[in-house]
Amino acid sequence: MENNNRKGWLYLLPAIAFLGLFMVYPLIDVFLYSFEEGYNFASQTYLGIGGYNYGYVLHDPYFLQALKNTFILVIITVPVSTGLALLISVGLSSIKKVRELYQTIFFLPYVTNTLAVGLVFMILFKQTPYTDGLANLILSWFNAGPVDFIDGPYWAKMFVLCLYTVWIVMPFKVLILTSALASVDEIYYNAAKVDGTSKFRIFTKITLPMISPTLFYLIITGFIGAFKAYSDAVALFGVDLNAAEMNTIVGYIYDMLYGNSGGYPSYASAAAIILFAIVLTITCINLLVSKKHVHY
Amino acid sequence: MEVTLQHLTKRFPASGKKGKDVIAVNDFNVVIPDGKLIGLLGPSGCGKSTALNLLSGLLKPTSGKIFFGDDDVTNLPAENRGVGLVFQNYALYPHLTVKQNITFPLENRKGKDKLTKQQMSDMALEAAKLVQLEGLMDRKPSELSGGQQQRVAIARALVKMPRILLLDEPLSNLDARLRLQTREELRRIQRETGITTIFVTHDQEEAMSISDLIIVMKDGIIHQIDLPQAVYDSPVDLFVAKFLGTPPINVFEGYVKGEKLYIGEEAVLDVPGVVDQPVTATIRPEGFVLAENGALTCNLNRVEVMGRDISVVSTHPLCENESIRSIISAENIAQITGDKVRFDLKEDKVFLFHKETEQRIEF
Amino acid sequence: MDFEKIERAARRRKLVMNIITYVLLSVWAVIVLFPFYWMVLTSVKGYGAYNSEWIPQMYTLSPTLQNYVEAFTAVPLGGYFTNTVIFTVITTALMLIVTVLAAFAFSRLHFRGKELSFTLFLSLMMIPTELVVITNYVTITNMDMRNTFAGLILPSVTSVFYIYLLKENFAQIPDELYYAAKVDGTSDLKYLLKVMIPICKPTIITITILKVIECWNSYVWPRLVTDDQAYFLVSNGIQEIRENGFGRENIPAMMAAVVVISLPLIVLFLLFRKKIMEGVSRGGTKG
Repeated sequence: MENNNRKGWLYLLPAIAFLGLFMVYPLIDVFLYSFEEGYNFASQTYLGIGGYNYGYVLHDPYFLQALKNTFILVIITVPVSTGLALLISVGLSSIKKVRELYQTIFFLPYVTNTLAVGLVFMILFKQTPYTDGLANLILSWFNAGPVDFIDGPYWAKMFVLCLYTVWIVMPFKVLILTSALASVDEIYYNAAKVDGTSKFRIFTKITLPMISPTLFYLIITGFIGAFKAYSDAVALFGVDLNAAEMNTIVGYIYDMLYGNSGGYPSYASAAAIILFAIVLTITCINLLVSKKHVHY
Repeated sequence: MEVTLQHLTKRFPASGKKGKDVIAVNDFNVVIPDGKLIGLLGPSGCGKSTALNLLSGLLKPTSGKIFFGDDDVTNLPAENRGVGLVFQNYALYPHLTVKQNITFPLENRKGKDKLTKQQMSDMALEAAKLVQLEGLMDRKPSELSGGQQQRVAIARALVKMPRILLLDEPLSNLDARLRLQTREELRRIQRETGITTIFVTHDQEEAMSISDLIIVMKDGIIHQIDLPQAVYDSPVDLFVAKFLGTPPINVFEGYVKGEKLYIGEEAVLDVPGVVDQPVTATIRPEGFVLAENGALTCNLNRVEVMGRDISVVSTHPLCENESIRSIISAENIAQITGDKVRFDLKEDKVFLFHKETEQRIEF
Repeated sequence: MDFEKIERAARRRKLVMNIITYVLLSVWAVIVLFPFYWMVLTSVKGYGAYNSEWIPQMYTLSPTLQNYVEAFTAVPLGGYFTNTVIFTVITTALMLIVTVLAAFAFSRLHFRGKELSFTLFLSLMMIPTELVVITNYVTITNMDMRNTFAGLILPSVTSVFYIYLLKENFAQIPDELYYAAKVDGTSDLKYLLKVMIPICKPTIITITILKVIECWNSYVWPRLVTDDQAYFLVSNGIQEIRENGFGRENIPAMMAAVVVISLPLIVLFLLFRKKIMEGVSRGGTKG
C-alpha cells in the first residue's frame, strides 16, 4: 500500500508541477498583487497593502470605457448569437438533403485563426483613400453611408465588433444546439402531431422545454466568453485599443501588464479580479434563473 | 367509426444497395366495424406497428386507401385525422404535469373549436376520472408508476374524443400483475366510450382475452380476421394454428388414405371427404384422450401435475415439436403406466393443413 | 370536412416551410463563407489592380501568385510558421504525457488523498486564464524566459479539462482487464501503454486535435512573452504584419499571409471533420 501511494503521486507529479506553478500559485499571487500598493516591477517592491489599486482601476477612464464596451458587447452578442444559433439549428434539424454540407460550412469559423479572419473583416469594412470598402458599397445601394467602420464613429465600430463576435461564436452554439435537438426523442413529436399540434406550438411547448438545459448552458458559457472578449477586438482595431475606444476588460488587463502602457501588474490584477467578480455574479444569477425555468 | 382499408400497402425502400424492399404491410383489405375493440396480433417485426402508423397518419401508404366512415383519409396528415394514439412507451411530455399532458391536445384547437380554460379543465378531469387518475393531476410523469403513466397516455388520447383510438403494445411495459388489471381496464374504458379501438400486440393471450375481433398477421400479410374463439378453434392456416395457444399445438407429419388420417402406420382419425394426400396434422393439447387401445401411440416422457389437470409429456418420431404436450384431466392419472402412452383424438381439436400451401383442409 | 383542401394546405405549408428553411440556411452559409472567399480572392489580385478598384470587384480575371511570394519574402512568414509548428507539436506532446499520466493515476491507481486531489483538480477548471496570466507573465519574465520556446510552451501545457475527459474514458475500461494483466505479470506502465491507450485512442485523438487548434490560434500568451520577431507565432505574426508589415496598404499580400495561416487548420478540419465536431460538442469551448 505504501508503495502504491508513492506511485500514484508519482504519476500525478507532472500535472501537479505544471498546475501548481502556472495555475495555483498565480491564483494566490494575483490576489496578493491586487492589494500591493505602489508595486515597482523593476525592483519588485511595494509600499503597502490596501485597496488603492481597485480604486485606481475603478476611476480610470480607460477601464470605464472598457467596462462599457464589454457590457454592450455582452448584451448584444449573447442574445443575438443564441437566438440565431437556435434558428439555424432548428432549420438544420428539419432538413435531410445536404445537411452535412451545411453543418460543415457552419463549423468553419471555429477552426480559423481569430486574428487572421479578423483582418478580412477589417478590409471588408474599412474605408481607405482608395476605396470605401465592400460594406459601404452595399450601404450605397440603399443610399446610405459611407461610414468608416474601423476608424469612424463609435456605433459603427461596435457594430463590426459585435458582428465579428457573433460570426466567431456561432459554430459552437449551432453544433451544441443541433445535437441537443437531435437528442429529443421523435416519439414526442409524433405524439404531438397525432394530437393536431401546430409546428409553432410543438416548438414552443415541447422542443424548447426539452432543450432548455442546453440552452441555459450556452447562455452561461456565452456570457462568460463574451465578458472575456479581446482578440476579436485586436484583430479588427489593432493593439492600441484604448486609442480606438474599443478596449475590453481583458484588453485593459493586458495593456496594464505589457506594452507601452504596461508595467503595472497590481492594476492588472485588480482589474482581473473585478472581471472575475463580475463573471461570477452573472453566472450565479444565470444559474438562479435557470433553476426556476429549466424544468427537469 | 367504421374503418375500411382497401389494398393498403406500405413498402420501405431497401436500406443497402443490394437489399430488397421491405413490404411491411401487404395488400390489407379489412372492414373494422364501429365501436369494437380490435386486436392486431402477430409476432414481432410482422408489420403491425407499421399498420398502426398508417392508420394514425404518421406514415403514408405506398398504395391503397384508408376510410374513416365514408371519409377518405389516405392522404390526410396525422394532424387532421383526429385519432388518439397511445405509444408503447407512452410518450408523456416529461416537463408537463399530468393535467397539462391531458389538456395538451385540447389546447391545439383553433378558431370556433377553441375551448375556454374551464372547458378544458372539465374535459381533462372527465378523462382522468375515466382512467381513475383524478387524484394525481399535478404530478409530473417521472413521479408516476408505469401503470399510472399508461393511464395518463390513454386519458390524453381520449380527451379529444378521437374518431378512433390506436394503442401500440399498450401492456408490454407493465409487469405481469398490472398487465392483467390494465387489460380489464382497457376493456371497460372501450365499452364506456364506445370508440372504435385498435390495439397492437404480440401477446396472444392479451388479444384473446379482450378483443371483439382479432386480426392475425405475419410478414405484412393478414392471415385471419375472426372472433377470438374462432381464431383458436378454426385456424385458416398452419401459421395461425401454431401461433395461437399455450402450450403450443402439436404438429405431426401425416397422410390421408381412404378418408383416414395416418400418422406413421397408425390410422388415428376418420377424415370424411378428404382426398388421399400427404398432410400436416396438428392437434391441440386438449385434443388427446387417454385410451388403453388408443389410436396414437407415443413414447412417454414424464407427467407434470398441474392440480386440476395433468400434462402428459411424450415424444413421437413424426412430431415436429420437441415433445408432445397433452392436457388431461387429473382423474385419469392412474391409467398412465409403462413407457408407452396411447391416445384417442378429439375430432374438433385436430386440424389438417395442405403440405405445400399450408392452407386448412376441412373435413 | 373538405379533405382535398386540408391536404393541399398541408402540402403547401410544408413546401413554404422548406423553402424558408433552405433560404435561411443558405444565407447564413454565404455569410460564413464570404470572408473566406474574399480572403482568397484578394490574395490573388495584383497590388496595382486591387488599389485601383474604387468599387471592389467580386472576381478577378488576372489572378496572380505574386502576393504569396511576397508574403514569404517581405515578412518572415516562414519563420512564424516554423515557430508555430514547433510550439504546437511540443506543447501538444507534453500535454499528452502529463494528461495520460494524471488520468491513469486518477482512474486506475489507489492512493491516499486521491479523492481530495481530484476534487481540487476539478475546481481548477473554473479558473479563468485571465486571472493567472498576470503572475505567469511575471514568473516567466523573472526566470528570464521571455523570447524562448520554454517560456512560450510551459504555461500552455496543462488543461484540466482534458485530464478530466480522459480520466472518464479510462474509468470505463473494466477492472477485469487490469487484474488479468496483473496476473500475467504486466507492469502498470506497460498496461497503460499497451491496453489503456489503445482502447481510448478516440478520446486521445480528440484531445490532441482540440489542443492543436488551441495552440495554432493562441495569441494572448505569445504576445505577452515574445517581442522578438524570431519567436512570433502566426497570430502575432499576422498582427505584426497588420501593424507594420508590407507597408500598410499592401492588402493583397496581407491576405495571402492570412490564407497561408488559415489553411493548415482548415485542411485538418476537413480531414477529421467528424472527430473534431464530436470532440468540440463533448465540451470544448473556444479559447
